[in-house]
Amino acid sequence: MSEIRETVITPKKGLFELNLKQLWQYRDLLFQFVTRDVITIYKQTILGPLWYLIQPLFTSVIFTLIFNNIAGIQTGIVNAFLFNLAGIVVWNYFADCINGTADTFKKNENIFGKVYFPRLIMPLSVILSNLVKLAIQIIIFLCFYIFFFFKGEAGQLGWEIIYFPIVVFIMGFMGLGLGMIISSLTTKYRDLIFLVTFGVQLLMYLSAVMYPITLAQEKLPSQLASFVTYNPIAIVIDSLRKMTFFNGANFSIMDLVFPVTITLIVFVSGLLMFNKTEKSFIDTI
Amino acid sequence: MKNIVLKVENVSKQYRLGVFGTGTLSHDLNRWWHLIRGKEDPYLKIGENNDRSSKGESEYVWALKDINFEVEQGEVLGVIGKNGAGKSTLLKLLSNVTSPSKGKITMKGRVASLLEVGTGFHPELTGRENVFLNGAILGMSKNETKTKIDDIVEFSGCERYIDTPVKRYSSGMKVRLAFAVAAFLEPEILIVDEVLAVGDAEFQKKAIGKMQDVSKQGGRTVLFVSHNMNAIKTLCTRCIVLKNGELVASGPADVMVQEYLNAEQKDLPMENSWDLAKAPGNDVVKVIGYKIYSGSDSGRIEVKEDLMIKIKFQNIQESANRRDVSLHVHNSDNILVCVLSSVFMEEGYSKKDISEIGFKLPKNEMNLGNYSCTLRIIESKANSSILKINDFIGFTVLASSSEVFYDIGGVYLPNFEILE
Repeated sequence: MSEIRETVITPKKGLFELNLKQLWQYRDLLFQFVTRDVITIYKQTILGPLWYLIQPLFTSVIFTLIFNNIAGIQTGIVNAFLFNLAGIVVWNYFADCINGTADTFKKNENIFGKVYFPRLIMPLSVILSNLVKLAIQIIIFLCFYIFFFFKGEAGQLGWEIIYFPIVVFIMGFMGLGLGMIISSLTTKYRDLIFLVTFGVQLLMYLSAVMYPITLAQEKLPSQLASFVTYNPIAIVIDSLRKMTFFNGANFSIMDLVFPVTITLIVFVSGLLMFNKTEKSFIDTI
Repeated sequence: MKNIVLKVENVSKQYRLGVFGTGTLSHDLNRWWHLIRGKEDPYLKIGENNDRSSKGESEYVWALKDINFEVEQGEVLGVIGKNGAGKSTLLKLLSNVTSPSKGKITMKGRVASLLEVGTGFHPELTGRENVFLNGAILGMSKNETKTKIDDIVEFSGCERYIDTPVKRYSSGMKVRLAFAVAAFLEPEILIVDEVLAVGDAEFQKKAIGKMQDVSKQGGRTVLFVSHNMNAIKTLCTRCIVLKNGELVASGPADVMVQEYLNAEQKDLPMENSWDLAKAPGNDVVKVIGYKIYSGSDSGRIEVKEDLMIKIKFQNIQESANRRDVSLHVHNSDNILVCVLSSVFMEEGYSKKDISEIGFKLPKNEMNLGNYSCTLRIIESKANSSILKINDFIGFTVLASSSEVFYDIGGVYLPNFEILE
């Protein structure tokens, strides 16, 4: 970065003026933020990164007790706990991404108000550091998977599991896109922020986290059933379980075309809105 | 050859006062409606001067209005002005934190701003980790920081604490570390706002020295905002003065500082009196008036004339102890020149009534310049003053209008003689 660069600061910014080159120049900062997020979350705790594991495991146990034991949802040959855990792990990634980025401007008001760097670094660092968390949770999932595999309760793994990166991509970028839209819309009028935590929680019940989509189609009133059927997150979670437990039965890569398209639309609109807002949000927040 | 590294052209910044709520939505919709029809923002046409104390008509104010200036490479530019004059807004625009409402800023090279204590320090991370993080925020790569970390730590003088979380640092230590990072980053333009106030005297000196090095040897440009006129005078080559959002003067630093101080002084009247209800003070004692005048009572204070200060005050509560009045006279460098006090009198003021005290400063003692006085009323048994008003009154000692007088400097002007 020894070359002299010229900065020009002017009032308005066009909708499509993305400065990706600058983003690349600040890649070290992105890396620093990710490291910071990962190491600081559990500083001064005794169990440290174990907390990453406790939360999905307990949620999964509770879901199994309520939805499978009490409500009697059938998961076929697959152990109900494992079935729920798979859904929860990827759902958590989506939820963490959206919750972590939805208040980007508000949370970083202090640092954004003092010094300039591409603001996009912040939400990007959130989805990357959550990726670390996701990786740790996948490892614990694998441990349980092996355990139930030997008990014969793990179903059958399909070769389609190679599409797993697409699942992660959709979850991450959908969360990021929605998060950026919400954070851009809430710099001036904060109404929407009240909806986020609560909305994400409600969405979980309509995202096939603890039941297969087919069951929703059977039992839910038709409007809700079609909401679940066309909910990209539900499609992704359901597809993931088809590849992991049911040998890819009833799954085709074409199922993911719709969620990927929606994700791209949401992400690009989020990016543009975020970019538009970042220039002068500090005056209105 | 002039090498302009920073150019500010017609920059203005508008702010909306008051609270954002449902009412502001209509303005936003109106603005949006104008913009989609390709028209100019209707609210940019209105707006008032940014005078903090006066009550305004419009909800929109210009925090900065039509600012124009240029800075050459290697210059140290001071920015002075009262609170709310627009200094910080200007620096915010320059560090790209927010964008101007109108105008254009062009900068050559990397800009590092040090706007407040530990910009971007994370409390849970150690000093060393924060140096890397802060370096990255300011645009430094990890390897660059690595080569400079030893210098940074040494300059900050926080060697011992460098592997301790920053939340255990004192505020002075944070500033030291933050300043060290910014100074060693070697940006083409360094923006420093009032941070040094937190550091101790030794560090302030060191920091000012470092900024001088950076500009003289490194050929870097420094923008420096401070209320410490001494620091401005030592450090800056040129200075701009902001008042109510407008650039009112620019020129050599010492001239600008002097003019600024003179202008500030004029705000304090030579004479004043108050009703008891509005008088400054507390429920123990209130000041109800004062008058500053010269021997000839011409409205000017001159070196070759006696200077008189009279203060009228009222004890609201009586006291069993002796009460005294004193004036601490400071010059424009904030050096205590002398104390005028009633303690040498046989009796103090403890009765519950209106009293007046007058001091006479003989001629040919106070040197030319601006003075401001802090008023203190003390009680003999109390540890602290029962009333203290900073910069209560001020006056300017001028050269004689009838005789030739040379400004030879110095805090004090003794009536010396030349030995034969």
